[in-house]
Amino acid sequence: MKTRMMAGAALALALTVTGAGSPWAATYMRGNNGNPETLDQHKTSTVVEAHILRDLYEGLVVYDAAAQVVPGVAESWEVSEDGTEYTFTLRNNAKWSNGDPVTAGDFVFSLRRIMTPATGAKYANILYPIKNAEAVNTGDMEPDSLAVEAVDDHTLKITLENPTPFFIELLTHQTGLPMHPPTVEANGADFVQPGIMVSNGAYVLETNILNDKIVLQKNENYHDADNVAIETVNFIPIEDRATCVRAWEAGEIHSCADLPAEDLERLQSEHGDATRVTPYLGTYYYALNHEDEFLSDPEVRRALSMVIDREFLAENIFQGMIPATSFIPPGIGNYETGSPETDYFSMSMLDREDMAIEILEAKGVTPDTPHKLEIMYNSSENHKNVATAIADMWANVGVNVTYNVRDISAHYAHLRDRGDFDVARAGWIGDYSDPQNFLFMVESDNDGFNYSRYENPEYDALMDAAAAETDLTKRSELLSQAEAMFMRDLPFLPLLYYSSLALVSPNLQGWEDNIQHVHLSRYMSITE
Amino acid sequence: MHREEIDILRYALRRLLGAVPTLFLIITAAFFMMRIAPGGPFDQERTLEATVLENLNRTFGLDKPLWQQYAMYLNNLLHGDMGPSFVFRDKRVHEILGEGLPVSMQLGFLALLLALFIGVCMGTVAALRQNSKADYFVVALATFGITVPPFVVAPVLALVFAVFLGWLPAQGWGRADQMVLPVIALALPQVAVIARLTRGAMIEALRSDHVRTAKAYGLPASMVVIKHALRAAVLPAISYLGPAAAALLTGSIVVEQVFNLPGIGRYFVQGALNRDYTMVMGTVVIVAVFVILFNLMVDLLFAVFDPRVRYD
Repeated sequence: MKTRMMAGAALALALTVTGAGSPWAATYMRGNNGNPETLDQHKTSTVVEAHILRDLYEGLVVYDAAAQVVPGVAESWEVSEDGTEYTFTLRNNAKWSNGDPVTAGDFVFSLRRIMTPATGAKYANILYPIKNAEAVNTGDMEPDSLAVEAVDDHTLKITLENPTPFFIELLTHQTGLPMHPPTVEANGADFVQPGIMVSNGAYVLETNILNDKIVLQKNENYHDADNVAIETVNFIPIEDRATCVRAWEAGEIHSCADLPAEDLERLQSEHGDATRVTPYLGTYYYALNHEDEFLSDPEVRRALSMVIDREFLAENIFQGMIPATSFIPPGIGNYETGSPETDYFSMSMLDREDMAIEILEAKGVTPDTPHKLEIMYNSSENHKNVATAIADMWANVGVNVTYNVRDISAHYAHLRDRGDFDVARAGWIGDYSDPQNFLFMVESDNDGFNYSRYENPEYDALMDAAAAETDLTKRSELLSQAEAMFMRDLPFLPLLYYSSLALVSPNLQGWEDNIQHVHLSRYMSITE
Repeated sequence: MHREEIDILRYALRRLLGAVPTLFLIITAAFFMMRIAPGGPFDQERTLEATVLENLNRTFGLDKPLWQQYAMYLNNLLHGDMGPSFVFRDKRVHEILGEGLPVSMQLGFLALLLALFIGVCMGTVAALRQNSKADYFVVALATFGITVPPFVVAPVLALVFAVFLGWLPAQGWGRADQMVLPVIALALPQVAVIARLTRGAMIEALRSDHVRTAKAYGLPASMVVIKHALRAAVLPAISYLGPAAAALLTGSIVVEQVFNLPGIGRYFVQGALNRDYTMVMGTVVIVAVFVILFNLMVDLLFAVFDPRVRYD
């Protein structure tokens, strides 16, 4: 017994002397932020999955390296005068990895499947603009009543409920990716398994080991296969950002899709251009409860916003993030008029504080006669630091803060169930690049996201008008007006715009920083 | 079979049968406690549309009364099915845990062996050279090992040996070189505990009557230590194996994360945070079975090392 134990330990020790190999020639070792929850494009909801699915499948439209929408399986499309009918012409040479042609019927099959209630698709609602989609998803209508029609093998017609100028953007989401009907019909939920999955993108699935790696091989049947340089992509799921950085620094992987913010300064100084900080399509904000007596006063909300030093938050807590002066992050698509300017952001912090003190004093709130507010946030070191910093800023103007911390599920369940709160932390990453995807959150009938219970018929009317407007410039103006109203009424206090952080090896060519943080492996190449 | 062996067998069987109601109670308590926690598996940063949520609840049977869900879970479990994960939707819980368990067990087993071997050696040396430099070194190292947690040791090891020296990989599992750092990181605190336990027991054993007698017979010192003293001195280390296994389990949560190992450690925390009900139940079942078996094994091992133990 004892000798056997010793032999085992000796073996373990002996391992220390063997060296580390680096098995990555011609293989893109791609750090991903975690495990995909699924590779089923209809059950997917996370960014981690999006990275993999975009390599495996090609939708009607795709993102290029700079995240601009370009033709994918559809080589062109026409929109009817009233903006509700989209007719896509599919390319002749689009093939599935088994050689079958990609047809309009495949898209019909896929879109019906995502709306079928039994599929349990988390993101089904993103495609609700399609006529009858919601009714199918609630089970009130049969899947074949979905207004998606294969006119012939290469012509697909999609009819919408209302003109939806960002519909093409919507189709870039991974939920819009097609699936191979015979494979899904024959294998059910198992169609996602390696060896079974048939895909139509630049790569096919070879291996999928949870927490270990997902291996993709180049799809020789892909219509643009000649321009795909990388033969093999290994997606390495690394939840811990610091682990990814160490693996990258040790030369084991080519790219990390996120970084620990607290390490950013060191990474920038040590690795220079390999450290990428890019504006991202998202906003970190605090929701204010408009049903609370104190917070129902617009002057109070304005004062609370004014005294928050967002530069401090960006420099000292969430490094890499950008101070927010609007709710919609800059760089978003379909927004040529842009976010309105809010007067106090151009003033100095001292002036802003004086102004806030004045406003609150008039309401009888001073550091000597303070008002109490509770900040609710989901547990995380940085969320805590932000809340503490803001509590400090608010204390100067007579608002005393207490905290209510829950884990993420409990936090969002509380908000969803309309539990009571004063101020609640939240964040939003756009699903598609359009201002509507931000401003719709506080429409009065949005039960899911209007945490603040903001009710303003004027705002709703502007949003309705924008939804009916097919002229993009006019629509953009309407949305700007809506955002101006948002910034005046402050259902949410925008604090920071998100940034995407990444480490990209100098050997990896073709990685272009972009606001969507999408990087298809097919555009990249590796130099040794 | 000897009378003694039959006794041990009967004892083991009795213990295993006794574990069934324990397991049942643990599963029941865990099932209902999990459901008391606020929030559900679909409460994430992005709130789901009501229709969508309803569809999901129906798909996972969450729309049924709780007792029915409980009965269904038990029934599935009896058939070796731990149900679908609420998060990882392409696999069932027992498939996910089945993939990760061998990795965690390998890691834990190697760490335990390493800890036992080095711990016992160090403890013995320290006891033989009591109050010498070697002894102080062992005591100091033991104190260090206990106080510095794996979430410090593990990243430091990775930084030194993977990033700076480039000798070993910083992450992953499967090749021998990938196992070295995680096993050491996980074993280190246990080495410390076992060394201290062994040192104390060895000092006592060296003063005991039978060791003195053995010495008096003129047996060589090495023989006295290995054959007589060590046998008594490893007993505390063996009875520590139960708690050690538990410590390795919790330690592996950190080590697996730092070295990005495909084990099951991550599910203990993530499962609960995600309200992945079936995953939490799966980990509870595994830990419960594991602890029950390990305790039994330790009790049985005692018979090998301590002839005074009888199983009636």
